[in-house]
Amino acid sequence: MAKTHVSTVINGEPVEFLCEPQQTLLDVLRDELNLTGSKEGCSSGDCGACTVICDGKIVCSCLMLGAEAEGRSVTTVEGVAQGDHLHPVQQKFLEHAALQCGFCTPGFIVAAKALLDENLNPTEEETRYWLAGNLCRCTGYDKIIRAVLDAAAVMRAEAGR
Amino acid sequence: MPNLSFTAPTTVDEAVRMLAGSAGLAKPLSGGTDLLVQLRSGRMRPEAIVDLKRIPGLIGIREESGEFVIGAATPGVMLSEHEALSHAWPGIVEGADLIGSQQIQGRASLAGNLCNASPAADSVPALIAAHATCVIAGPNGRRTAMVEAIVTGPGRTSLEKGEFVVEFHVPKPKPHQSDAYLRFIPRTEMDIAVVGCAVNVTLDGNGVCADARVVLGAVAPTQIVCGEAAKALIGHRLDEPTMAALDAAAGRACNPITDKRGTIEYRIKVAGVLARRAAKIAFERAGAR
Repeated sequence: MAKTHVSTVINGEPVEFLCEPQQTLLDVLRDELNLTGSKEGCSSGDCGACTVICDGKIVCSCLMLGAEAEGRSVTTVEGVAQGDHLHPVQQKFLEHAALQCGFCTPGFIVAAKALLDENLNPTEEETRYWLAGNLCRCTGYDKIIRAVLDAAAVMRAEAGR
Repeated sequence: MPNLSFTAPTTVDEAVRMLAGSAGLAKPLSGGTDLLVQLRSGRMRPEAIVDLKRIPGLIGIREESGEFVIGAATPGVMLSEHEALSHAWPGIVEGADLIGSQQIQGRASLAGNLCNASPAADSVPALIAAHATCVIAGPNGRRTAMVEAIVTGPGRTSLEKGEFVVEFHVPKPKPHQSDAYLRFIPRTEMDIAVVGCAVNVTLDGNGVCADARVVLGAVAPTQIVCGEAAKALIGHRLDEPTMAALDAAAGRACNPITDKRGTIEYRIKVAGVLARRAAKIAFERAGAR
């Protein structure tokens, strides 16, 4: 079967790849582009471990075909830090020990970053609802919520608000 | 899937040709939140996937001639972000917003939820209750159908080969008209409706119901337009005898199954309770206008 040629932008860089029709964006990221930060948990859109930002909105990359990325702009967990400078969400995940096994962490980081891109002052309830599509079997979620709310406070301070 | 093809046409006619011209199963793709799961599990073995999202108008909401026109592939987040639609039809937006997580909302569409043809589809009852129609494109041109004419049973629709939903038309509310949608699930998020209920009411200037539509989900093979429940509301204020009549009529309309989410008896009971609660919200909203 003919492969589809896709031109897209990933983490700010123009990227071209060839993919099979049934390959998901997650398959392409991990297997073709060696961006293995996004994880495959359930492959059915329930766990959020594969969360990426596509044109400003979070999506499960397991529920998007690679071919659909044509002309889009995708941010993965590899694009969240600026070089060696961690994003406040990443820094606060470390400080609050908001991870144990780490498998769900990339999805949480990407989803939380997207939340704070839209809303620098989310309530705890808004944060919990926003992250309801990310499952974690280790932490019990509380440390994750604390880390995100703390990151929001840091980002508000940086923004002078 | 050795012979699967992927195309992303940019016109409706091209999409129809691709869907109609495929020898095997051809599936239109909008958000893919059902289709990709079915593809992966092998439950669906299409020969062609036709991505509709590059067709102008398939994503987006516009207002024209007293209607909202919602592109078939418009994701849930765009419905919630649309202030005029959220204000006009809070029940429709609530129903769509209940589907899945924020990630799913970034992709999942009204047409996908409708054409996946689950009896429990959360965005469908409120659309039906608002007298929404859909424009369908196919090999014989375009036709318009009421939303309730699409689903014929679990996983089955009245769409012919090569046909797909292009857009939804939702009339704007009249004065003192509003809606509400509630679903019951045993948790607060991320689940499939045990029962869903949309109520759409128009009140007169004195708070008496002049017109109503009550639509139930997940209690029969398709969504049910419950005429008896609407009759129980029309001509009445929402007092306890009216609520009791509504509750009973909703329960009588149910034709549910027993499954892991609930028994027949439980679903019938919950349908009545949700009808009462949704009616209360819809009356309050309509009265406030």
